[in-house]
Amino acid sequence: MPFSMRKSPLALAGILLVAIILGFVMLPAIVVTITAFNDKAILAFPPQSYSWRWFARALSYGDFQKGFWNGLIVTAWASTIALIVGSGFALALHRYAFSLKSTLEAVLLSPLVIPHFTIGLGLLILSAQLTVGRGFPLVVLAHVILVLPFVLRSVFISLQNLDGRLELAASSLGASPRRVLFTVTLPLLVPGLVSGWLFAAILSFNEFTATLFVSNQATQTLPVAMYNYVREYADPTLAALSVIYIVVTALLLTLANLFFGLGKILNVDAH
Amino acid sequence: MKQRPFIGWFVSPAALVALGLAAAMAAILQYSVRAYVPGSLDVGGLTLENFTALLRPLYAWAFWGTILLCLLTATFTLFLAYPVAYALVRVRSKALKSFILIASVTPLFLGEVVRTYSWMIVLGNNGFINSVLKSLGIIDRPLQMMFTTPGVVAALVHVTMPIMVIMLAAGLSHIDRNYEKAAESLGASPVRCFLTVTLPLSMPGIVAGFSTAFAWTFSAFATPQLIGGGKVNTVSTLVYQLGFASFNFPFAASLSLAGLVMTFAVIALMKRAMRPVERLGEQ
Repeated sequence: MPFSMRKSPLALAGILLVAIILGFVMLPAIVVTITAFNDKAILAFPPQSYSWRWFARALSYGDFQKGFWNGLIVTAWASTIALIVGSGFALALHRYAFSLKSTLEAVLLSPLVIPHFTIGLGLLILSAQLTVGRGFPLVVLAHVILVLPFVLRSVFISLQNLDGRLELAASSLGASPRRVLFTVTLPLLVPGLVSGWLFAAILSFNEFTATLFVSNQATQTLPVAMYNYVREYADPTLAALSVIYIVVTALLLTLANLFFGLGKILNVDAH
Repeated sequence: MKQRPFIGWFVSPAALVALGLAAAMAAILQYSVRAYVPGSLDVGGLTLENFTALLRPLYAWAFWGTILLCLLTATFTLFLAYPVAYALVRVRSKALKSFILIASVTPLFLGEVVRTYSWMIVLGNNGFINSVLKSLGIIDRPLQMMFTTPGVVAALVHVTMPIMVIMLAAGLSHIDRNYEKAAESLGASPVRCFLTVTLPLSMPGIVAGFSTAFAWTFSAFATPQLIGGGKVNTVSTLVYQLGFASFNFPFAASLSLAGLVMTFAVIALMKRAMRPVERLGEQ
């Protein structure tokens, strides 16, 4: 086995191959970081002189600030609604039989394979038919639909790992179903709920294609503002913003890894 | 009947969301059979014209080109992601495992715009690759990589890598290592053991990863739009242009509908084609 054997030529070749591929994965982040510190306004490589000024411009640019706050509003609502809806449905899915169960599950998981532009276009046409305009509720609905599968998966996995005997013990000692749910089941599910919410929040904050269809000037989120910027200007402002993005995301993931074990959340740990 | 406490509270919010999604899809279906009224956002009467227009060369070629782009991207992604997933699951050092995981998964959470922009700097005429090649004296004129299909594929492979690594690693981590130990103790070489035991057993992960990469590539918009720069037309960029440049929402709807049907068909086909191989893995 290439990676478990002592350093045979095969193992060394394997290690080298993985290192090269990881280099390909990290290359854009490295290049964008160097570009962000380029003093000149032209996207040229390598930079002749270095400065922080694009970071200052990225943080003070009006559309980015507005997009950031819009994004926070949409993300807070969408990930919280998705958490409530998704954990309830995961519980029902795990424990109960009910009519249309598999249909409902298939519909709610379908955004994993339906193109985002299709969902965006559909909601846009729907809002036109219902004449409800493109406000925040429409953007939030789009995001809830798109992140729900991830919450469902995360909570469902923690439900599978939950020891059902604890709930049986509680109810045999006379606890009402409500009491069992709030004092036994939900506290035991906290890691799954937090990681599901975190996933939903990160994905929602970064969602672009569907948001492009359903948002307008007043509700555009940060990725949409960034897309509009890159179409108009070619200076390193966006590179500086990308660096902030990459650093914050990597930090959040490292924290999630420390506290919850990312491998467990993503279900890639060996058993 | 078994007691089902709170079932209404658990299911009805989810049913509402599902209803919203179904209504959006129904809206697309309905618009796709309505006539386009130029200069107006209202639609006309029932017609099948939007579907016959799909057969026009521009759209037929873009459709075919998108399918090829998706297949190419999913294949490259599979070959690049498999070694990483394998290393992720099998590497012993905990720190190294965390590093591989963070490095390969972080891009998943960066969003399409940030990643596409980064690739524009890598591939541009004054970008990273051209500068490196020029300073090494390999080329005198910049290689044109922006606005080409290979450029778009490189960026799309990067976009679908993380999800492919996650799905392959999930499949690999569930393999019972005793099968491999048995093969090895019976004298199989590492290569033979990998090809005849590990690879077939990881087939479910490969199928899941490949179909997801296909669907994600089909869904990608910012990458073909910005790196393709109008030279690489995909279904997603055409749908956007039809909707927001010419306000022909009925045609945009029929094009998305055709794309959706195609995505589902390809995924179903892939699962069916891989079934014999999966069965091999189950034996």
